[in-house]
Amino acid sequence: MSLRTPLNRVLGLGSAKDGTGHFWGQRVSGIALALLGLWFIASMLTLPGFAYSDAIAFIAAPLNGVLLLLLVVTIACHSQLGVQVVIEDYVHSHSLKLLLLILSRFAHLFLAVAAIYAILKIGLGA
Amino acid sequence: MAEFRLPKNSRLTKGKHFAAADGVSNVRTFAVYRYDPSSDSNPRVDTYDVDMDSCGPMVLDALIKIKNEIDPTLTFRRSCREGICGSCAMNIDGGNTLACTRANDEVKGDVKIYPLPHMPVVKDLVTDLTNFYAQYASIKPWLQTRTPPPPDQERLQSKEDQELINEPAACILCACCSTSCPSYWWNSDRYLGPAALLASYRWLVDSRDEATGERLDELEDPFRLYRCHTIMNCTQTCPKGLNPAKAIAETKKMMVERKY
Repeated sequence: MSLRTPLNRVLGLGSAKDGTGHFWGQRVSGIALALLGLWFIASMLTLPGFAYSDAIAFIAAPLNGVLLLLLVVTIACHSQLGVQVVIEDYVHSHSLKLLLLILSRFAHLFLAVAAIYAILKIGLGA
Repeated sequence: MAEFRLPKNSRLTKGKHFAAADGVSNVRTFAVYRYDPSSDSNPRVDTYDVDMDSCGPMVLDALIKIKNEIDPTLTFRRSCREGICGSCAMNIDGGNTLACTRANDEVKGDVKIYPLPHMPVVKDLVTDLTNFYAQYASIKPWLQTRTPPPPDQERLQSKEDQELINEPAACILCACCSTSCPSYWWNSDRYLGPAALLASYRWLVDSRDEATGERLDELEDPFRLYRCHTIMNCTQTCPKGLNPAKAIAETKKMMVERKY
C-alpha cells in the first residue's frame, strides 16, 4: 500500500520535456508518405508489365531509385513512430515495454537497411 | 497489458427486477448498474419499472423517484439538478452525460444507466474521482503572474482576450470527457485526459497569465499530453457542448510553434 498523495502520484517523475519532436516527425513523415505514395501508385499503374525484367528496369532508373530509397526510409521512420505509440499505449509492464521498443527499433532498422541494400544493388548495377 | 475484459470480480450478473404496481399504464424500464462493496458479490444490473405519469422528465428525476419510492439502497451523486455542478455524470444509453440534463424521452427503449466507464466504483453509480481531481490540481488551475497587480484595480483583459477563455472556463469538471477517452482508460495514471488538458488550455490562453512557458514545459511529455490520439470522444460526449479535443490540438500547436 502506498501512502503517497494522489497529487504526488500524478506528478510522478515529472514531465519528460519531450514528445513534440515525435508528434512533428509523425506529421512530416505522413506528408512525405502521402506524396511518395501517390508517386509509387502512379508508377505501378504505368509500369509496362510486371515481369522481373520490368521491375529491374524500373528500379534501375536513377530517379526511381532515389524516390524508392526515400519511400522505404520514410515508411520505416513513420512506422517506427507509430508502432512506438501502440506499444506505449497498450503495454504497461515497464521492462516488457522497453524490450518491445528496442525490438521494434531493431526490426524497423533491419527492414529499412535490407530494402536500401536491395535498391542500391539493382541501381548501382551489381 | 491493456484490459480488454473486466476483471473476474467486476463482471456483470443479472440483478433483481422491480415490477410496477398494478394498474400503472405508462411504464418505462430503467436498467441500473448496482455494486455494493460491502458484499462479496459481483456487480449486477437491476431493472426498475417506473410509472412515468408521476415522474419528472429527466433521467435524474427517474433515479430520484426510484431511490425515494422503490429502492432506497440505490446510490448516486447529484446536487444542482441543472447541469452546473457535474455531480450526476454517468453513462446513460451508452454515452457519458449528466443525468439531470438528459431527458428520458431522448432514450429509445429501456434506459440503461452505468457508472462512468473504466473508473473504480465506490458504490452503484458513484465512481472514485480522486485521480481525476489530482490531475486537475497538477495543472495549477490558478492565475500565475510576475507583474504585481495594479494597486487600484483588477488585472484588465480586453473583450477579445476574455472571449478566448469563455468556453474552456465553462467546464464543470464532471469527468464525462476523460472517462469516455480510450487513451485515458489505458493510461490514466500518466495521461492527464481531456478535462485536465482543457482546464490547462484555459490558463494557457488567459492573457493575464504569465506562466505560459512553464505550463507548456509541464505538459510536454509523451504521456501527459501526447497520449491524445484525436479520438474525439471527449468533444462528442461533453454535456456542456465544449470542445476539449480542439483545446488539446491548440496546445499541441503551441508546442510546435515554440519549437520550430
